[in-house]
Amino acid sequence: MLYYAVITALLATTLLALVRAILGPSVYDRVLAVNMIGTKTVLLLAVVSFLYGRPDFLDLALAYALINFIGVLAVLEFFRSRAMREAAEAAEAAEED
Amino acid sequence: MIILLLLLAAAWLLWSGLFKPLLLGLGVLSCFLTFTVVRRMGYFDNELFALRLSWSLFGYWAWLAREVLLSSIEVARVVLDPRLPISPSVIEIESTSKRAFAQVLLGNSITLTPGTLTLDLHKGVLRVHALTENSARGLMSGEMDRRVAALNPD
Amino acid sequence: MDGLLDIVSWLLLTTGGVFVFIGGVGALRMPDLYTRMHAASITDSIGPILIIAGVMLQAGVTLPSVKLAAILLFLLLTGPTASNALASAALLAGTKPGGSKTPAGED
Repeated sequence: MLYYAVITALLATTLLALVRAILGPSVYDRVLAVNMIGTKTVLLLAVVSFLYGRPDFLDLALAYALINFIGVLAVLEFFRSRAMREAAEAAEAAEED
Repeated sequence: MIILLLLLAAAWLLWSGLFKPLLLGLGVLSCFLTFTVVRRMGYFDNELFALRLSWSLFGYWAWLAREVLLSSIEVARVVLDPRLPISPSVIEIESTSKRAFAQVLLGNSITLTPGTLTLDLHKGVLRVHALTENSARGLMSGEMDRRVAALNPD
Repeated sequence: MDGLLDIVSWLLLTTGGVFVFIGGVGALRMPDLYTRMHAASITDSIGPILIIAGVMLQAGVTLPSVKLAAILLFLLLTGPTASNALASAALLAGTKPGGSKTPAGED
């Protein structure tokens, strides 16, 4: 009983973040929303492990936190290199004019 | 170095909770693997900061938790206000401490506190995005900087 | 004594849930990327602190408590790092933070 309120709040926030991820508008807004959903999932796993009395869910939560962090950093690195390449191309095009 | 190995071993035992020879062997193997990787990354060329200032760090965390709670309430009030009274600004503050660890700790603490967000850290100068006037003013009073510098004096 | 602990834990969990939800609302309402990140930072800092503290009170001094503390520590260390990486990547891509260089009404 104790846990249902907080689980509802976490799920509702996940939904709000999902709406933000769909609305965008920039790719960074979407990454921010995905990062939020990841944090909420870790908390949800922690709470659910006590709701069902299964402490092994906590290991999943920790693993999820690790994967979420690395994943966000990898995606950001990918978009950063793309932004830098686009900036270099734009500078080249400006030089040719 | 020994401390790091002991920490790794303790973490392995805590998490696996099994004491079969195979799993213990794997644990020893992964501890030494981690140790080798970390050493090759040059971890021991720098100071072992985290282990050395452990005690004063707890006091700082307690102060930071209070700060986080207060500014969370403030940002929550801003979010719930129908007029959305935000006045975003970018300010620059200088870190007193010259140590890389203290500067990273300061940047992380600023980001952790809702209402302020570290954009960039370069040569001890932090560019901070602040949500409201109040949060910008709170940061410019420099109390967080003072506390971080006191944690790890040069 | 058990009842008191339950009440405190329930309070922590509920306020944590409320803060997380407010952060989610803020991430939808705020006008641009950087202000949205402020709202998201509520759900990244005070949310985990309160919720995990609440669950830890339920667990007591046991192994799950230690694991929860490790999760909390990890979230609090990586959350700002990810935010900072996001902010600097957006800044490099040319997303301008709105607002003046100095806080308004400061001079």
